[in-house]
This record gives sequence, C-alpha cells and structure tokens, in this order.
Amino acid sequence: MLLLVGVTLVTFVLTNLVPADPVQASLGEQAAANPEIVEAFRERAGLDQPLPVQYVTFLGNLVQGDLGTSQQTRQAVSAELGRAVPATIELALGAIVVSAILGVGLGMIAALKRRSAVDQIIRLVSTIGISIPSFWLALIVYYVFFFQLRLFPGSGRLSAILTPPPTVTGLYTVDSLIAGDMVAFSDALAHLVLPASVLALYTIGLLTRFARSAVLEVLDQDYVRTARAKGLPGRAVLLGYVLRGSLVPIITVMGIAFGSLLSGTVLVENVFSWNGIGQYSYNAATRLDLPAIMGVGLVVGVVYILLNLLVDVLYGVIDPRVRVA
Amino acid sequence: MTAAMPVLRRRRFTTPRALRTPLAIAAIAVIAFWLVVIVLAPVLSPAGPLSQAFDRLQPPSAEHWFGTDQVGRDVLSRVLHGARVSVPIALMLVVASMLIGSVLGAVAGYFGRVLDEVIMRVADLVFAFPTIILAMVIAASLGPSLGNAVIAILVVSWPPYARVTRSLVLSARQTEYVVAGRLLGNGPFTSLTKDVLPNIAAPVVVLATLDVGTAILLLSGLSFLGLGAVPPTPEWGAMVGDGVQQFASWWIAAAPGLSIMTVVLAFNVLGDVLRDTLDPRTADAVKGGTL
Repeated sequence: MLLLVGVTLVTFVLTNLVPADPVQASLGEQAAANPEIVEAFRERAGLDQPLPVQYVTFLGNLVQGDLGTSQQTRQAVSAELGRAVPATIELALGAIVVSAILGVGLGMIAALKRRSAVDQIIRLVSTIGISIPSFWLALIVYYVFFFQLRLFPGSGRLSAILTPPPTVTGLYTVDSLIAGDMVAFSDALAHLVLPASVLALYTIGLLTRFARSAVLEVLDQDYVRTARAKGLPGRAVLLGYVLRGSLVPIITVMGIAFGSLLSGTVLVENVFSWNGIGQYSYNAATRLDLPAIMGVGLVVGVVYILLNLLVDVLYGVIDPRVRVA
Repeated sequence: MTAAMPVLRRRRFTTPRALRTPLAIAAIAVIAFWLVVIVLAPVLSPAGPLSQAFDRLQPPSAEHWFGTDQVGRDVLSRVLHGARVSVPIALMLVVASMLIGSVLGAVAGYFGRVLDEVIMRVADLVFAFPTIILAMVIAASLGPSLGNAVIAILVVSWPPYARVTRSLVLSARQTEYVVAGRLLGNGPFTSLTKDVLPNIAAPVVVLATLDVGTAILLLSGLSFLGLGAVPPTPEWGAMVGDGVQQFASWWIAAAPGLSIMTVVLAFNVLGDVLRDTLDPRTADAVKGGTL
C-alpha cells in the first residue's frame, strides 16, 4: 500500500520536475507562442495550481477511479488503459506460457545431462536468447515471416475486415472463443504468433538458465537420492521430487520474467503496431502526456506489486514450510 | 591489516580453468575484436560515418559490404564507428551504476536504521517499474539526447547493486574478521573499506559483467525508440530504428543489430564464466528484470 502511494508520488514528481514543457509538447509551437491559448490550456489541465494541490487533486480523483484525461487524445486515461492493458496481457500471457513450458523443460534437460554436448548447446542457445536485442529480432521476424513469406500477419491484433469479439476479458483470443467465433479466434491467434514468439525468446533464455541451476541444486539433495534408492521410477522422481523441489526459485524467476515481458513489450509492440501498454506508454512519454504517463506508471506499478504478491502466495502453495513462517 | 595477520601462503596466479574453455576464449576474442574496432574505426572504415556520398538503399555488395542506408551512407562505416558510441558508454554506465549502487547498498547494510530504510525503499520504488518504461519516461522528459539517456539508465540501474551489496555487507558485518577489525580500533569507514568491501567484491564484479549486456540493450533500445542518440549519430540501436522505416531494405538494420548481439553475448558468456569461477551462487539471484 505504501509502495502504491510511493508509485503515485514518483510518477507525479517525475513528470513535474522535468525541464520539458508539456504545454509546448501538446500544443505545438505555433499555439504555444500564443499566450491566451497557453493560459486556457494550463487552466483546463489544472497546471496553474501549485504542485501539492495538483497532487492532492490527482490522488482524490484516483481514489474514485478517475485517472484524468489524456492531454493528447482528450479521452479518459482509464478508458484508454482499459483497452491497452488487455492487449498487452494477451501478448505477455502467450509469451509466458510458451516460455514456461520450453524454458523449464530445456533447463531440466540441460541439468540432467550436465556437461554433455546437449547441456552446452542449451546453455549457449539460452544465452543467445537473452542477448538478442528484442527490437532487432522483432524487425527480422517481421521481415522474414510477414514481408517475405507472408506466413503470419505482421501488425495489429486482428485483421481490419473482422470486427473484434464482444468484450468480456479484453483478450481477443479468449473473447472470440466465448463468442464461438472461430474465424476471429484463428485470426487473433495468428496475429499473436510473431510478437509473442519474439517476446518469448528472451524469457525462454532466462527461464532455461535459472531452471537449470535450480534443478542442479536439487539433484544433489539426499531426498532425491533416497527416492531413487527406494526404486521409484525415473519419471516419478523427476516430476514429484526434482521439479517440485526446484519450483520455488523457478516461480521467482517467472515473476521476474513476466516483469521483463512488460518491459519488452515497449520495443516489440512498437514494431508490430500492437496497441498495448508498450505503445501507449511510448506515445505518452514522447508527447509528455502527463495524465497518461501517470496512468501507465500506476497501472504497471500495481501489476508489479500484484505479481510479487502472487509469487509470494505461490511459495506458500508449493512449500508448506513457508506457510508456517 | 595484512601485517597483523599470520602470513598466508599465497597461491600462484594461473589462468583459471574456466577461462580456458572454447566459449570463454571466443567471448574474450569478440570483446577484443570490438576494442580494436573502437580504436581503429577511422582507419578501418571505407567511408566517414556521416558521409552521404553514395546511392541510397543499395543492397550489400563488394563495394559496400553491409549496403547503404536511406540517405546514402555506408552501413559498414557506421557500424564500425557505432562501436565507439555504444560500447564505451555502456562500460561507463555499468561502472557508474556499480559505484553508486554498491556505495548506497554498503551504507544501507553497514549503518542500518534510517539510512537503510530510506535507501532500500527508494530502490523498491525503482524496482516497481519495468526498467525501460521508467527509463523511457525519464529520457522523454529530459529530452532526447545520448546524455539524457545515460542519466535515465543510471537512475534505473543502480538498485540491483544496492540490494546485492547490502545483503553481502549484512552477512560480512557479522563475520569474525570484521568484528576483530572493529575491536582493533578500525572506525566504520576503515572497517567498511578495508575489511568488508574486499571480501564482497567478487559477486558485485560478476553482476557488473553480466550487466554490461543489459546496459547496451537498454541504451540501444532507447535510441531505437528515438529517445537516445540523436541523428546522425551512428548508434547501433538508432540504426536499427532507421531499419524500421525502411524494413524492405533489411541490410540497414541487420549489421547494427548483429553487432549489439555479439557484444552483449560476449559479455554475458564472460559474466557466466566469471561467476562460475569466482562466485558460484550469489550473482544469480539478482540478474533479471531487464529487457
């Protein structure tokens, strides 16, 4: 809770203590040269009030769920974020599901075949995964799979000729399934493939590296040896003992990985014109749209805090010792 | 300190075995290659990085190995000169954030109480945002320039060092040699710099090595978005950004992106090797939450 107030304060201070002038950025040079327009704009945006007053006003509106109005689009920030957040969640969920399966799987294989050629290759590939600039990979993938091969659509979330499914969750794939619209579903899924794959590569690399070291740590434990000695079949030992024992560090990294996905979306959404949080925050930042920036900061901050909370709860689910403490 | 202690047998220095693996040698070779390029860029380049003397958008050829860009500049020359921008700035960034972060972390861990609370809560706040979003907002507010991008990255990149250093100092502070040092009359400053810091330096250095890649990715990412290096600076991320406008001419972005990847990969491999050699456990815990 304190962190939340801190987040609002940081975004507020950050956006106000900077030399750049939002008036100039929103109005353009011509209008900014006219003092009357500037005055009217400042008054409408509440910029003529002293800063602490602005902050309290902002907080008061916030409690009522009002994030203010975007200075750029004249729309409620909360409504705009309501459209952008599900788009990014859809992208990030797609990427995290793929990378959880592949990353943990590859990490386990590498750990089990420690020091073998397979291990070496997996380690190298996972290191490459975290070393490729995502924006560059996005561009390459866009060029090869969209521009040259036309295998997948290259921009947006849905083809222009289709209408988005009725909003339930805001995730086009889920919503179209609920509506039973298979055409929209496969189209939304196809749009998801390229950006989600690009995003996933980094998290696959990250998860593989951590899963490998987590599994290695567990493999040497006495209880694993005992389980083997009891004559349990290899797969039972692997899933029931090794994987279970290494889940806590893996879950921690999944939390970090999901966070890094949110970062990655800024660059990847840019290339694939995916209208999510990444694009929204980019537009807000470059146009110095203060209410929008604060909205993004707040939403992202809240998502991060919830994520950490979820990770903590999962610890308790996985490891009974945590519940006691 | 050393004089007061019994003479320890000093191990003869040999190159650690881990540094002699093919992968480690390859990583060091790549870094050495780019260091040579940084020094010799003007000699190696067929043209000036800003010279627009050629036909626009030519694909790679014998004359222009990496082609020419949208205003008729030789991409190879720009890539070579780009090494002079991205690599030194990233190294400097890492050293600076390591210094800032570990000093703050050491102070927080050693003195505790109010200082600890203030420093670590600020670090938590920075951690509460995705790095690039926070950096982007700061860079955009300050106005796009390479210097402002550096400031923005500094703001977001010190907390991991603070966290690691703090936890290391916390445990080192309890050790007998530090307590003995205090009893022998070392003040807090001497104790911190002479007894504590040398013993926790290894994991911090490992973290820093792994962080070079992150710094390059962040810097080029901001430049890619147009919030870092300003045209016509030959910065790799900005060059990839040019490629977005002209995506049919794939060669504009290909070489700069590949350059970023090789440098980042080399430092990540080197960091892994150093970690395995110096400190198998610690640095793992904080690497993450990056691009």
